[in-house]
Amino acid sequence: MSTREPRPSPESSALISAHGLRKSYGRTEALRGASLELREGEILAVAGASGSGKSTLLHCLSGIVRPDEGVVTYGGEQLGLLPEGRLGELRRSDFGVVFQFGQLIPELTALDNVAMPLLLAGMRRGPAQQQAGEWLERFGVRGQAELRPGEMSGGQSQRVALARALVTGPRVVFADEPTGALDTLAGEQVMTALVHTARESATAVLLITHDAQVAAYADREVVMSDGVLRSGSDDVVGQEAARREG
Amino acid sequence: MSTRHVLLGLLAAGPCHGYDLKRQYDARFPQARPLAYGQVYTTLQRLVRDGLAAVDGTDSDGGPERTLYRSTDEGSRELALWTDQITAPAPFVTNEIFAKVVVSILVAAAGAPTGPDGRKPDAAAHLRAQRAAHMERMRELTALKTAPGADLSTVLSADYALAHLDADVRWMTTTTARIDTLTAEVNAA
Ligand SMILES: Nc1ncnc2c1ncn2[C@@H]1O[C@H](COP(=O)(O)OP(=O)(O)O)[C@@H](O)[C@H]1O
Ligand SMILES: [Mg+2]
Repeated sequence: MSTREPRPSPESSALISAHGLRKSYGRTEALRGASLELREGEILAVAGASGSGKSTLLHCLSGIVRPDEGVVTYGGEQLGLLPEGRLGELRRSDFGVVFQFGQLIPELTALDNVAMPLLLAGMRRGPAQQQAGEWLERFGVRGQAELRPGEMSGGQSQRVALARALVTGPRVVFADEPTGALDTLAGEQVMTALVHTARESATAVLLITHDAQVAAYADREVVMSDGVLRSGSDDVVGQEAARREG
Repeated sequence: MSTRHVLLGLLAAGPCHGYDLKRQYDARFPQARPLAYGQVYTTLQRLVRDGLAAVDGTDSDGGPERTLYRSTDEGSRELALWTDQITAPAPFVTNEIFAKVVVSILVAAAGAPTGPDGRKPDAAAHLRAQRAAHMERMRELTALKTAPGADLSTVLSADYALAHLDADVRWMTTTTARIDTLTAEVNAA
């Protein structure tokens, strides 16, 4: 009955793998041995209570924060061993990040915010703005192109931030609660656009959300609890029972 | 769901025979159990008996003869009464998941080893596995409603099922957190 694209099989190669990540802030252990794999083109939801370490995980996977312990591998390269320059380059060319809080440049319009990564990559202003406009359209915020972040609603800013994360055609998008400020229908529009884009270009997505209806757009879900990740299928006994009864 | 009112509603569009009513019903309520032919015909006979529907001749279409039914004025009034009436929120919401979790906690608290391999019931593990099963179903429903060309009744019924599964998942999340707190308290004592 499912009309989804076939899910990547377990054998398909891992784009990002993290093993035994630990990260403390003072006496707070945000990550306590988190491991996960994100496969090529896979949409993976990360759920979990607030304060469980989801954002910290995203920061470690995207090379923004260095874990205290553990290894993050991207396309065969260990992020921890890369020189700062190469890491910055990866972040610009291969990663798109949507942060949970404040991320757009307040002085720039929505259009210029989205065009910025293209300008940084050396594209000329005209084509960059043209492409930026198309991405705003996709996420239903073309009408806000000339507004600055302070003049937009939380939900509009989130959509602009998603457009900015995707504009460079990254191989992986990290999105931290990208629908947190949206109502159900607006969230649905954003998720449909995000999933469509990801499928079309085989972009992998790490989607942090506490909303099960949003997580249901992903291929798979893992749950963060006290700095450790689990997948529901770890509890195999219950799974088999559910299948027998179903 | 009140099958008789739904059938009356379908008849509001014009005379129809039982087979077509069944088909329309299954298409409008894709998440519901398909309606059995037997049930369609018993319901139609009762509607006729109660004066809410009437036989409107037959149509054969080259094949076997089929009885056509139509709604009566009385039927339209009955239908309006039904659609206008606010449905009472269920006074008790209970289901199997809830019962299993409560019993698991009770059995664990009683300290009795159970299960064929002597495993103790583990409410938290059960909730994680149940969440995974719910999420799997929610992914299917999401795929269904976002498929190109999904019609409105598919979208609405998928939305309805998703909202209810989502409510279950929320309850499971809260319960998992409560069990963690409880366990931490027991272990600290
Ligand atoms: N930069 C930071 N400085 C201090 N503590 C932090 C920082 N980032 C996160 N934490 C703490 O680490 C824990 C996990 O936070 P976070 O990863 O943001 O969780 P989540 O995104 O799941 O809500 C929390 O207790 C939080 O207060
Ligand atoms: Mg967070």
